[in-house]
Amino acid sequence: MILVIAEHNNEYLKSFTLNAIQASSQIESEIDVLVVGNKSDNVAKELSGVPLVKKVLHINSETYDKQLAEDVAPLITNIAEKYDYIIAPATACGKNLMPRVAAMLDVSQISDIIKIEAPDIFVRPIYAGNALATVKSLDSKKIITVRPTSFDPAPSSGGSAPIEEIQSSESAKLSNFIKKEESKSDRPELGTARVVVSGGRGLQSSENFKLITDLADKLNAAVGASRAAVDAGYVGNDFQVGQTGKVVVPELYIAVGISGAIQHLAGMKESKIIVAINKDEEAPIFNVADYGLKADLFEVIPKLTEELSKLNIIKK
Amino acid sequence: MKILVAVKRVVDYNVQVRVKPDGTGVETENVKMSMNPPDENAVEEALRIKESGKATEIIAVSIGESKCQETIRTALAMGADRGLHIEVEGIIEPLAVAKILKKIVEKENPGLVLLGKQAIDDDCNQTGQMLSAMLAWSQGAFVSKIEFSGENIQVTREVDEGLEILDLKLPSIVTCDLRLNEPRYASLPNIMKAKKKPLDSLSLKDLNVDITPRIQQIKVEEPPKRQKGIMVSSVEELLQKLKNEAKVI
Ligand SMILES: Cc1cc2nc3c(=O)[nH]c(=O)nc-3n(C[C@H](O)[C@H](O)[C@H](O)COP(=O)(O)OP(=O)(O)OC[C@H]3O[C@@H](n4cnc5c(N)ncnc54)[C@H](O)[C@@H]3O)c2cc1C
Ligand SMILES: Nc1ncnc2c1ncn2[C@@H]1O[C@H](COP(=O)(O)O)[C@@H](O)[C@H]1O
Repeated sequence: MILVIAEHNNEYLKSFTLNAIQASSQIESEIDVLVVGNKSDNVAKELSGVPLVKKVLHINSETYDKQLAEDVAPLITNIAEKYDYIIAPATACGKNLMPRVAAMLDVSQISDIIKIEAPDIFVRPIYAGNALATVKSLDSKKIITVRPTSFDPAPSSGGSAPIEEIQSSESAKLSNFIKKEESKSDRPELGTARVVVSGGRGLQSSENFKLITDLADKLNAAVGASRAAVDAGYVGNDFQVGQTGKVVVPELYIAVGISGAIQHLAGMKESKIIVAINKDEEAPIFNVADYGLKADLFEVIPKLTEELSKLNIIKK
Repeated sequence: MKILVAVKRVVDYNVQVRVKPDGTGVETENVKMSMNPPDENAVEEALRIKESGKATEIIAVSIGESKCQETIRTALAMGADRGLHIEVEGIIEPLAVAKILKKIVEKENPGLVLLGKQAIDDDCNQTGQMLSAMLAWSQGAFVSKIEFSGENIQVTREVDEGLEILDLKLPSIVTCDLRLNEPRYASLPNIMKAKKKPLDSLSLKDLNVDITPRIQQIKVEEPPKRQKGIMVSSVEELLQKLKNEAKVI
């Protein structure tokens, strides 16, 4: 049996949970999902509608309002006994929580799998995706995080899985939530957007980064960035694409003023179509680009944005 | 308060790694090796905490083959006070690393353990969280800021939605992001001085930890190569290709 850990913010389910459920279904069909939250009934309801889910386990308590790893991990290990697999998406949330669960169960976690070869054999990228390792888990219980963009989302409606409420336990009282600073935007989410426009150090300033957001808006795209652009303060950390940022697999990825370091490629080289705009024809980004344009971004990006306004043919 | 910093020896981040033809791993012979990048941030942060008067001693620990001592020397040259090397051959899983670190924590009683958020070779992103669970300590993962407030620390974590700020009870485990600070370079005199700093070596037997592999590596291969595309000469041509050839706009 598989237990999938749902990612959510108490109000709604984070869609990458569906990708983890879909991946799980390639292992076996007995899939329960655990929702740990506070006033998170909506999330439990959403999951009950997912046809691949057999049962939703719901723990509803103020203790879990912020889902601190120190508090959530023991809950999971308490109910772990009957499950052969515990699976979560390899997001910041899953990466924070799951190794804690694994250590408490004395299991070696398999991180960030991109393929399931057999119920105990998985493929995962190593060295920033410059190599793929096929590994076999020898633990009887398997703790896995799934790279969400490597699996389709499971269909989200039509099911009617029962919801079982579970008892909460005491907080470990090791950490306290102070606050969260979320960037708010009406643009599509970086992780799931059909089109991503990313800017790098070539933009030179946060003011200039508006060229990227303007272009993104014309394409109904999410905005991404290289680590250098984030480090320089042009945009927040949640925009970062790469080995130590987010992995994106959009239909169209447009890299502007980004050199294409392997750590950046690790986060975007599976994109369907890659466009690179860079003034240096030697920039390694051109080696992975389907279409390269050697040009000064300050000349061509405004033009591109303007031409797109004229075309007005955005696919949603 | 002592601070323990875990430093891993990895293939330098500038090296274009090559998969061995026999599929057993990647080439590490005659390849530049360095300290795992975020572990440098961990060392730097420990130094700053000590410089601010909140720590008394910094111990750098590395687990692996004997050459890990070079990595420890780098940490000592940056300013750590002493080193600990645990000699282990071959691949060692994060679970085993965490178990070894736990033993060392029990010996040394640090108030804070700093690790990198992720090793750039295995990309596992597990060790700190595992260690924290084994010790039943608080955990700050993917941290880009640490501030002391009384008996606690406040950490800023980089999460998918932005930033999260937590208050952690000490002792604590913190895994560091590259944005935590700008690691210093070791000066030549400090590199010389580091050669005289204490560096103890322990064997697995001394620690009595079971590190039997739980994961069997079946093969390592190159990812499929992406075909290099074409260069276009103008915005118009680019748009035309995206519309009519790639059909993505
Ligand atoms: C452990 C580790 C993890 C890392 N993780 C990540 C990660 O997750 N994501 C990531 O992105 N990086 C990551 N990095 C950093 C990475 O190595 C590179 O430093 C970074 O990606 C460079 O960003 P950049 O391409 O924006 O900047 P640069 O390399 O400085 O490139 C800027 C580019 O802009 C071009 N340019 C400048 N001006 C113009 C102009 N007017 N018009 C057109 N082009 C112009 C230049 O020709 C150049 O190619 C990591 C590094 C380490 C060590
Ligand atoms: N063999 C090792 N020796 C010392 N520290 C390690 C070792 N392996 C992992 N670490 C620490 O754990 C962090 C995360 O590693 P990982 O969980 O493998 O991604 C690294 O940044 C190091 O700080």
